[in-house]
Amino acid sequence: MFDLKGYGWMLWDGVQLTLAVAVCAMVVALFLGLIGAWGKLSSVPVARLAAETYTTVIRGVPELILILIVYYGVPTLIQDVAETMGADIFVDFNSFIAGFLTIGFVYGAFATEVFRGAYQAVPRGQIEAAYAIGMSRMLMARRILLPQMWRFALPGLGNVWMVLIKATALISVIQLPELMRNADIAARAVRQPFTFFFAASLIYLAITIVSMTVQHRAEAWANRGVRRS
Amino acid sequence: MELIWDSLPRLFDGALLTIQITAISVAIGLLAAVPLALLRLSHNPFVRLPVYAYIFYFRGTPFIVQLFLIYYGSGQFRDTLEAVGLWIFFREAYFCAVLALTLNTAAYTAEIFRGAIQGVPFGEIEAARACGMSRGLLYRRIILPKALRLALPAYSNEVVFLLQTTSIVSIIALLDLTGVARVIIARSFEPYKLFLTAAIFYLVMTYGVLFVFKRVEFWLSGHLRDRPDDSLEAEADTAILR
Repeated sequence: MFDLKGYGWMLWDGVQLTLAVAVCAMVVALFLGLIGAWGKLSSVPVARLAAETYTTVIRGVPELILILIVYYGVPTLIQDVAETMGADIFVDFNSFIAGFLTIGFVYGAFATEVFRGAYQAVPRGQIEAAYAIGMSRMLMARRILLPQMWRFALPGLGNVWMVLIKATALISVIQLPELMRNADIAARAVRQPFTFFFAASLIYLAITIVSMTVQHRAEAWANRGVRRS
Repeated sequence: MELIWDSLPRLFDGALLTIQITAISVAIGLLAAVPLALLRLSHNPFVRLPVYAYIFYFRGTPFIVQLFLIYYGSGQFRDTLEAVGLWIFFREAYFCAVLALTLNTAAYTAEIFRGAIQGVPFGEIEAARACGMSRGLLYRRIILPKALRLALPAYSNEVVFLLQTTSIVSIIALLDLTGVARVIIARSFEPYKLFLTAAIFYLVMTYGVLFVFKRVEFWLSGHLRDRPDDSLEAEADTAILR
């Protein structure tokens, strides 16, 4: 269907990197999401404030700006700080690490909201009952809370994953050779921008469709113990 | 500090362009989304499927790809576009940015409205029919007003997302807020100071938009005020995700 002029391998390389970045970012997002939800529901005011600030700021600032701050800003900041202390160092970030950390950091805020909602969806009575029969906090979390939270969190987390995978295209601006960046390079080399960007868009679409199917299956599996009317 | 102070006028100009392209795309996108949502719900597959494909494509691909497809991709058809006299539009980054943003937000908004239209309680529709309302009147008086109100929390999120998406147009050299910050950084080599300032600008604009929507929601829900009903708020909390 497409004549990619022998540049198809570049798109293939790009897809692999895109998926690698997305998976790493998702792990970071899940980790930060759990911490963030714990902070938001915590009785410690400082933890609540920190979690609240985290989600508020992330929600108000574009991902692109955050990517640029992390990739270009943070190394300069470290250098400036080092300079005031008399050290002359040169810091350079790996664009893969900077990319997945930033995307993970951004979507951690969204995962926070998902986990918080999932926690609140677990009936209070069950938690009370767990304590009443003498479960410790950890045991209660492991046996009662987490197994049910995953079920409530799954639709939201699937959503986070699908927005996240699209957001990885932005890492192309810091020259990580993922799908978007490689499509750009190939498009310039062959001078057929439409062909390559359209091919790239269809690949993203395919990833979305596969993710949707997996999400559907996972939700059916997670809800297997729930009676349907 | 001095650098930030000196850059403020230019950053304000950039913010103005950001607001401008957001407002234009939101306005056109909203006008297009209502008919699109209705077509998406049509019983005729020849009407429904193309609209569904359009919505699916624009929701399923990254905005940056859509933007590049329109701005750089149109160059591949330059001769054709010149022949029909459209090239003068497609060679302008501004036009391509607004077109891409509009197509993107129209797709998301149409999907929000589809959900809202389907969320209108069937009893209300039945009652309107029982009163003898025609289809047109039913939509104008019952379904659309109710659906718009139901859609508002999710729609405010969409506008916020669009506002932030506009930062991507700086990649095709438009001087929006992000674009201005990048130009100043290219000369001054002070990335974190300027990007942080730009981030604060975005933060203020985002919460400004959310404040306006909160007011509109309050204004539109006067008839619900005394009822202890927090379903709208609960929806706003979950609607943070697209």
